[in-house]
Amino acid sequence: MNSYTIALAGNPNTGKSTLFNTLTGLRQHTGNWAGKTVVMAEGEFSRGNTTFRIIDLPGTYSLYSNSADEEVARDYIIFEQPDVTIVVLDATSLERNLNLALQVLEMTPRVVVCVNLIDEAKRLGIRIDLEKISQRLGVPCIAISARNHIGIENLLDQVEKVANGTIVPNPVQITYSDQIESKLAQLEPLIEKTLGSRFPTRWIALRLLDGDESLLRTLKKRMQEPATSSGKECLTHGQTVCH
Amino acid sequence: MGKPFATNSADPLDALLSVARNSVEGSAVRDTIVSDIYRTSRSICKEAVTYEDKKKLSSAYKLDNIVTSKIWGYPIMLAILGAVFWITIAGANVPSAMLADMFGVVEGYLTAGFQAVHAPDWLHGILVLGFFRGTSWVVSVMLPPMAIFFPVFALLENFGYLPRVAFNMDRLFKNAGGHGKQALTMSMGFGCNAAAILSTRIIESPRERMLAILTNNFVPCNGRWPTLILLASLFMATSATSGWQSLITALIVMGMVLFGIVITLTVSWTLSKTALRGVPTHYTLELPPYRRPQIWKTILIASKDKSWSVLKRAVIVAAPAGVITWILGNIYVGGDSILAHMAAFFDPFAQIIGLDGYILMAFILGLPANEIVLPILLMGYMSSGAMVDVEGIDNIKDVFLQHGWTWLTALNMMLFSLLHYPCGTTLFNIYKETKSVKWTLLSALIPLAIAIGVTFLTAQVARVLGWV
Repeated sequence: MNSYTIALAGNPNTGKSTLFNTLTGLRQHTGNWAGKTVVMAEGEFSRGNTTFRIIDLPGTYSLYSNSADEEVARDYIIFEQPDVTIVVLDATSLERNLNLALQVLEMTPRVVVCVNLIDEAKRLGIRIDLEKISQRLGVPCIAISARNHIGIENLLDQVEKVANGTIVPNPVQITYSDQIESKLAQLEPLIEKTLGSRFPTRWIALRLLDGDESLLRTLKKRMQEPATSSGKECLTHGQTVCH
Repeated sequence: MGKPFATNSADPLDALLSVARNSVEGSAVRDTIVSDIYRTSRSICKEAVTYEDKKKLSSAYKLDNIVTSKIWGYPIMLAILGAVFWITIAGANVPSAMLADMFGVVEGYLTAGFQAVHAPDWLHGILVLGFFRGTSWVVSVMLPPMAIFFPVFALLENFGYLPRVAFNMDRLFKNAGGHGKQALTMSMGFGCNAAAILSTRIIESPRERMLAILTNNFVPCNGRWPTLILLASLFMATSATSGWQSLITALIVMGMVLFGIVITLTVSWTLSKTALRGVPTHYTLELPPYRRPQIWKTILIASKDKSWSVLKRAVIVAAPAGVITWILGNIYVGGDSILAHMAAFFDPFAQIIGLDGYILMAFILGLPANEIVLPILLMGYMSSGAMVDVEGIDNIKDVFLQHGWTWLTALNMMLFSLLHYPCGTTLFNIYKETKSVKWTLLSALIPLAIAIGVTFLTAQVARVLGWV
């Protein structure tokens, strides 16, 4: 029996919590506003012979350390290294949502992109070429409607394939300006020498160029206590507005 | 997994950062990185997304032109708030009375049963007059309003109205030196302050986050709604004819909420000019599309998660509290019960701020959860000798009147409930989030000082002007 850990990442209010409920069969209250889930929620479900542990990360617009919830989401992906990260995108505002998907792809290749609210997009006359997005991003891309249970099986198929290695995604690498690229080329070997290959070197180099001291602090803490599990804060369900 | 980093010291990381710093030379790399990412996602969307009709897309937001407009934004907000309260109050009256009647009948049978088996008086006292009566009050007073309020609120939330509230109030908070998102965390406080403290994580700047934490208590939470609603309906609209009564009660509860918001803004402003000085940061607030809530699902989940869990907590705490209060009220030391001695100790100070010793004691004992303040108070009064046969909501008012309540007592208890220190869980969360004893203490002391100040003023003014 296989068991995998899945993280749900995405912008606020894209339906992560709804998808979480759909997958786990839990019936937690969901709301239509940004930032409803501030603490990670955790649940479990099985499908065939496989058990999935699923973590609903706080919704964030970016994964730079702007605020406490962004750090929570970022630290989970980098340090807990889930088997698959599902990036949930809102089909009705794809362009803004893709920014976060691109940031996650810099952190881990094991990603399935999931375009939620596809029925709503259809109603609004938005047509999305999933093939194209999948091809450009280099990871599987599935359209779903979490609240109407559309596309869930397809999504889970892809998630399982990425988890067990049937699909090895080859994520797009964003090309930055020449100036930044040359600095990255300079930093990356140094980072690899110091940290090994456990962490995404290019991503760490970008954060260092960005002067991200909070990441550095967390890294140091992890190095001092490598064995202990992280100070994770998980609820068995989402934190809601009238909890 | 190999741990190459475990053998290294922490210093190489610092070295790496300084290498990175030197190569950047202070230029804003973040902007370049972000704009490169944006460029990539724009180009993907250009290839992959087509719009059949742009007009159809913008029509989804047409409602926002009215709901968040400068002229209509606030009136609509107040009207919706008032309507929610009115529905709650008008709808809860009848079922509350019915529940209370039902429990009264059951209590009669229980008493008859105890007499039939010749049970000792003290056992009847503890189990029926303490435990059962306390619990049945909590249920009949709190269940109906909660069963209406929370589902209605959840429907509004799922529809997407809350971010519009935040959008409307954003400017007020900015003028008060806070963060616009404080409007969101404040809205969350209407549900539960303890949860709202966690939600302040969405605020980036530590200064503004602290403002949001320190002022969150000034909006009434689950545990305090029933107190406000009950006292408003018992004491505030008594002279109005029955048709208007619910409406006036709703307006008074709304007035309480608005007063809480005014205090929130005032305290934010004062702090941002003194202990937490700084300029508010900018941010973008996303207005999600309106979505038709899944009505039955929302109602069911809200009833299960909120109404039921709040009630459960109230009963779990109130039941033993009922027993303890009954015991304290029936053990006599020097002619008076222990409870009466305790109340007498607090009474002189409580009178100055328009309350009485029992009320203050109920607030102190109610620190773990605001839900139990009212039950403790009622049980305190009940056990203090003046034993009336309480059936129905009107008789609850008699209990208050026998203990010398006036409209001023009710008003000041509402004000004190609105403004006083946050509950134990909230304080614990504040400590967990701020990791500072100083700020945790301040988050209790600032509201307490304001609560005492405001109730002192209203009591003195009302007495000097001879209104009471």
